[in-house]
Formats: sequence, C-alpha cells, structure tokens
Amino acid sequence: MKIPLIYNLRSLLRRPVSSAMTAVGVALVVAVFIAMLALANGFKMALVRTGSPDNVLVLRKGADSELSSGISRANAAIMAALPQIATGSDGRPLASPEVFVPMSLEPATGGSDQLVVTRGVSAQAFEVRQNVRIAEGRRFAQGRDEVIIGSAIASRLAHSAVGDTIHFAGRGWLVAGHFSSGGSAFESEIWGENEQLMPILRGEFFQVVAVRLRSAALFDEVKRVLEDDRRLQVDARRESEFYSSQNGVLRLILNFLAVFITGIMAIGAVFGAVNTMYAAVASRTGEIAVLLTLGFKPRSVLASFLTEATFLALVGGFLGCLVALPINGIVTSTTNWSSFSTIAFSFLVTPRILLDGIIFSVVMGVLGGYFPARRAARMPVVQAIR
Amino acid sequence: MRFFPLIWANLTRHKRRTILTTASVALALFLFASLRSVVTTLDAGARVGSESRMIVQSAKAIVFFLPMSYKERLAAVPGVAAVTWADWFGGVYQDPKNFFASFAADAESYLEMYRSDLELPADQRATFLRERTACIVGQHLLDKFGWRLGQDITLRGTIFEGDWTFTIRGVYRAVDPAFSEDALVFHYSLIYERYPQWVNPGWYVLQLRDPSHASQVAAAVDSMFKNSADPTKTGTERAFNAGFVTMWGNVSFLMNSIGMAVVFAILLVAANSMMLSARERTNEVGILKTVGFTDRLLFGLVMAEASIIALGGAVLGLGAAKALYRPSGFSAMGFLPGFDVTLGTLALGCGIAVLLALASGLVPALSAARLSAVQALRHVE
Repeated sequence: MKIPLIYNLRSLLRRPVSSAMTAVGVALVVAVFIAMLALANGFKMALVRTGSPDNVLVLRKGADSELSSGISRANAAIMAALPQIATGSDGRPLASPEVFVPMSLEPATGGSDQLVVTRGVSAQAFEVRQNVRIAEGRRFAQGRDEVIIGSAIASRLAHSAVGDTIHFAGRGWLVAGHFSSGGSAFESEIWGENEQLMPILRGEFFQVVAVRLRSAALFDEVKRVLEDDRRLQVDARRESEFYSSQNGVLRLILNFLAVFITGIMAIGAVFGAVNTMYAAVASRTGEIAVLLTLGFKPRSVLASFLTEATFLALVGGFLGCLVALPINGIVTSTTNWSSFSTIAFSFLVTPRILLDGIIFSVVMGVLGGYFPARRAARMPVVQAIR
Repeated sequence: MRFFPLIWANLTRHKRRTILTTASVALALFLFASLRSVVTTLDAGARVGSESRMIVQSAKAIVFFLPMSYKERLAAVPGVAAVTWADWFGGVYQDPKNFFASFAADAESYLEMYRSDLELPADQRATFLRERTACIVGQHLLDKFGWRLGQDITLRGTIFEGDWTFTIRGVYRAVDPAFSEDALVFHYSLIYERYPQWVNPGWYVLQLRDPSHASQVAAAVDSMFKNSADPTKTGTERAFNAGFVTMWGNVSFLMNSIGMAVVFAILLVAANSMMLSARERTNEVGILKTVGFTDRLLFGLVMAEASIIALGGAVLGLGAAKALYRPSGFSAMGFLPGFDVTLGTLALGCGIAVLLALASGLVPALSAARLSAVQALRHVE
C-alpha cells in the first residue's frame, strides 16, 4: 500500500527553511541550465532561420564561407539561366548575385568599430529571401546610394535611423529603411544594391549567388548540374543547411559550457539534496519505524522518500523556469566567425528547453533522494522504534 | 586550540554530510576559478602584443588587402624602424573542426620583427627561410596533432583555393604564455606564386623606434593614405589584439553572472548543512552551557566548524583548478592560450570562502549562543 502524498508534503513543511534552501539551490542550477541552453539555442536559431530549404547558395569551389567565396559576372549569368530556377512576378529568374563584405562601422555606444556584414543584393533578393520584411521606411531605390539596415543591428550602430546618412567605404549612404527577417542573421546585416556596392568593395566579382528553386526537391538535380559544369567551378549548398552548419566551433564551445557549468553545479545541488534527505530520514527515525510497524512495505517507504526528494526538486525546477523565463528575448551579440562580423541574436527559451530543465530537476531529485530513501526503507524496525 | 578535538568530533560525527558539503564548496570554487580564468585569460590576451609595434590594416574592413607599394612608403615614415606584412590564410587541416590560425608572412622580416617573442632554434630558422614550401608551427599545435619536425602537412585553402602542402621545418615556443602557440606560419611568396594577380598584404606590422610616438606615427600613416583607394587604419598591436577579444561579446558579464549563481547555490547547500547540524545538537548546546561553556565560546565553535568546511572546500577546489589547467596545457582548442588560474583569482576565491563561512555559520552560531540552557535541554526533536 502506498503512503499518502500528504505525509510528504507535511514533512517538507515542518522544515520550511531547510526545504526552501534545497529547492532554491536546485532552482538556481535549473535557471543557469536554461539560460545557457537559451543562449546556445538563440545563436543556433539565428543561423538556422537565415536559410530557406527552397534556396540554393552557390559559392566558389572550396570556399567555406561567403567571405572567402568569389563568382564572376559571367558565371552568375549562367546560373540564373537554369530552368529549375523559379521566376518572379516580373517573369525574371529569382537569382540574387550578391556582394558580401564586412565593413568597420561606428557603434552607437562609442568604443571600437564593429564589423557589420554589408550585402549587395539584386532586385530579386526580396523574392528569393522571402522572410525579409521592411519593418520601417522603404526598400533602397535602384541606382541610388541607399541602404536598408537589419533591425537587430540598427540600434547598435551610429547614424542608423531611417533618414540618416551612414558612412562607409568612403561614401555616405541614405538609410532608406530597417528590415526584419524573423530573428535570422540577416537582421545583423546592411543591405544595398549589388551594382552600387560591387565596384567600391571588392572589385568586379560577386561573392555568392542565391537562387530560389521551383521546388525544394529539385536541389539534387541543380547541385549536380552546377557542380558538373566545368566553366563554373562552384559548390552548391542548400541555403538552410549552409547557414546552420556555420560557426560549428563557437556552437561547440557554447554547448560545452552549458554541459560543463551546469554539470558541476548539479553535482553540488545533488549533494545538498542528499544532506537534506539524510537529515530528514535521521530525524524521522521514529516515524519510519511506526510506518513499517503499521504494515507499510519497505518498498512503499522507499517510494515515499524518493517522491519527497523528487517533489522538492520539482518545485525547484519550476522555480528555476520562472527565474529564467524573463531572459527570453534579451538581445546579445557575438562574432559570426565565418564572416568576422557582429551577429546580434536573442536568448531563445523554448518549451523544449523548459521541459529539459524540469527533467533535469527531477533527475537531481532522484539522485539526491535515492540513497537516503534506501536507508529509510532498510531501517531495522525494532531498533528504530526504541 | 584546546577545543579543536571538540570541533573535530562534531565535524566527523556526520562524516558523509561533512564530506558532501566540503565537496560542494570545492566544486563551486573550482567552477568559479574556471569561469574567472576565462575572463582573466581573455584580458591577458588583450594585453599581449607590444606597444612598440603597430598594425596597419585597411580602413574599409580587415578582409581587404593593402597594396604592396605601401611597404616602401611605410618604411619611410619617420619613427618607423622596420616593416613586415602578413595575410590570414584560413587553411583547413582535414576537418573544419580542427581550427587553428594560419598566416602567410614575409618570412625573414616577420621573424626578425617577432624575434623576442618567438623562440625558434637558429638551425630551424635557417632551414625555414631557405625552403620555399616550409612552415613553422607552435609547439602546442605540433603536440595537438602529433606532428613531427620534417613532416609534410596539407591544408585546404578556404580563401586561397586549392591544396597547400607545407613541410614543418621549425617549431616555435612563445615567450609570453598568452601569445598563441596554436599557429602556423609559412612564406607569403608561396601564395604570390599561385595568385600573383590577386594577393597583397592583409596587414602591415611596423616596428617603432620609440613607443611614445605611436599616435604621431598612426596619424602620419593614416593621413598619407586618406584619399587613396585603400585608406588605412593604424593602431598599436595591443589595441589590435584587444579588438579581437571584444569580438567575443560580453563574456565577462556572462561568466560573472554565472559565477554568482554558482556561489549562491552552494552557499545555500553549505548553510543548510550547518543548520541541520545545529538543530540536531540543540540538546548538546544545553549541556555545554550547563557545564559552563560561555555564549561566546559556543558561537566560536560553530563558526570554526563552518570555516573548516568552507576553507577546506576552497583549498580543494582552487587547488584542483590551479593544478589541472596549466600543467595539462588546456587552451580551449587554442582560443584561450596560456589559460591559467591567476593569483588574483585564487585570492578572490579565498575571499568568497571566508564569506561563505560567515554566511553559512552565522545563523546557527547565533542561535547556539542565544539559546538558554533550560530551553535547549527541554527541546525534543
């Protein structure tokens, strides 16, 4: 027969300070765990959301980033002529040959310059990258010295409000608008027209060509055609996979930190729970003996104490989630090492991460409660009741 | 000291509890020392690099080359003693995960420029300079991949397309531990052979005659190229390195806030354990008071017990961090060269342990001191 749960609850409430301390200890571990995962996840999602599975990104053979790639005008024209490429509302192929350069720009807060990706795109870019929306102002006009700035980076740069003039590459550029793209890395970029940016940046070649396929299923076919073409010498990558594969090392570090830090913290918290539960068992020797004498099975006593520890940890887990939730959406920045430029992204707490936090707290409770619970269950009745 | 046996007896009564509590304090301080060392190592990295050297890079962005013709013009700037140049190569060895820094440099002038920072045996230096396809690597990098002197290694170029095979002809050691030993340097002329139309210096390094003239030299260089197609941005090497460190983002804030959470979590564990012990001993406190122990002495006994746990944990945790990282050559895949727990970190850790002892012992010690003997003896658990 099971020992009623109310017994555990009352026992916990009899030692309010000790119970609260243990729960808060677990809560802190869970909060740090969630914060670290939210950081890693926010960074990952900023990269993952950048690409679309319908798009193909073409880079020079062997280039591992947009920064180190280069594609000539003639080759870009060959790619745009592929029959598998979707056509836009004006009947032209949805291909955007792009110039990609990180520029040193003055930050809003002062201090040393920040490197920000400046991307020169074609008129078709807004149909190729369908997640890009103008949040404020308008698009840049063709043939003019105008740019639009991603919403994540706009607040971090000086002279970046709509209507201001921002200076780089020896020229002033009118900020025509701000754009958003669902939290992707594009929001950390400045976009202008490729034909305007190309001559003053890196000379007569593009860095990448982004094309939109008629259907995502055509990817393998297009990849084969492009990579087999001896004139081109390119690698074709599915855009979504390309961006999400970037910054592997940085993501490895973030994940390692999450595991390392919370792992060590968790061991400390488990030790705390072990202490609390052993003390609970010791001070309730008489009670346990009574329970056993009344006919409760040792198994039930074990289950009861284990439940108590788990419940305590679970309270801590929920508390930890509550503490960690407000960090969701906080914007921070680091460097996108594949382009040496600033990438702004937000902490992203997902239900999945919260669930992981709760599971983590349960694991801590079970680990911390098992040995004390076993001692309670194995208590020799006669000796204990004396 | 007369009472040490009593304190010891109290500590060893619940051996498991004492060990677990000490271990959690040790873990917390180990973690604290590790996190803090990330910050101090990054700071040390920002200070590496000389004030007497300057870096000239493109004002547009670091990815732009500067014309080769700048070499002579830079050398002619008053106050400049020597000029060298280098390029970021960004080669991949087998797998992109095996990241390390690789540079193409004008070998002779580069080695001369960094003569006092890099220890390279004279014979290796001579062979490296003589051989077109030779490279030198840091000791740490050599050990990491198990390479040996004279071995051929092939890197895939990401910026400079193709496979590039180098023969390891020299292994350097860094004099300052914060100077990276995870780098590979080879001849600039090798890239020039393959890409004569394209490659140019990525940045120039200037040796100043007098470090106090740094700002004048920077102004002179930048104004000289201001209206050219390739304007420059000049700063001291130290500032250049510090710029890279800030690129990681707000690391110190992240590390410090996690560190605080860790310390606070363990404070709860330690305080809880002290309170549990104190509660179990209420009767004893009554007896001790009856036989004539003063309030102050009882306060001291509990505080001493808390201090032994906290300081014991601190010695273990901080000691482990100090003993583990430096001797094992940990450098987070080369991102944190010279990773070490500094004396400042150790002192700070000890300070935290003292605070921990005070905070965890205070409540039980006070209640032990204040308890009246009658009440304590009446107490039923």
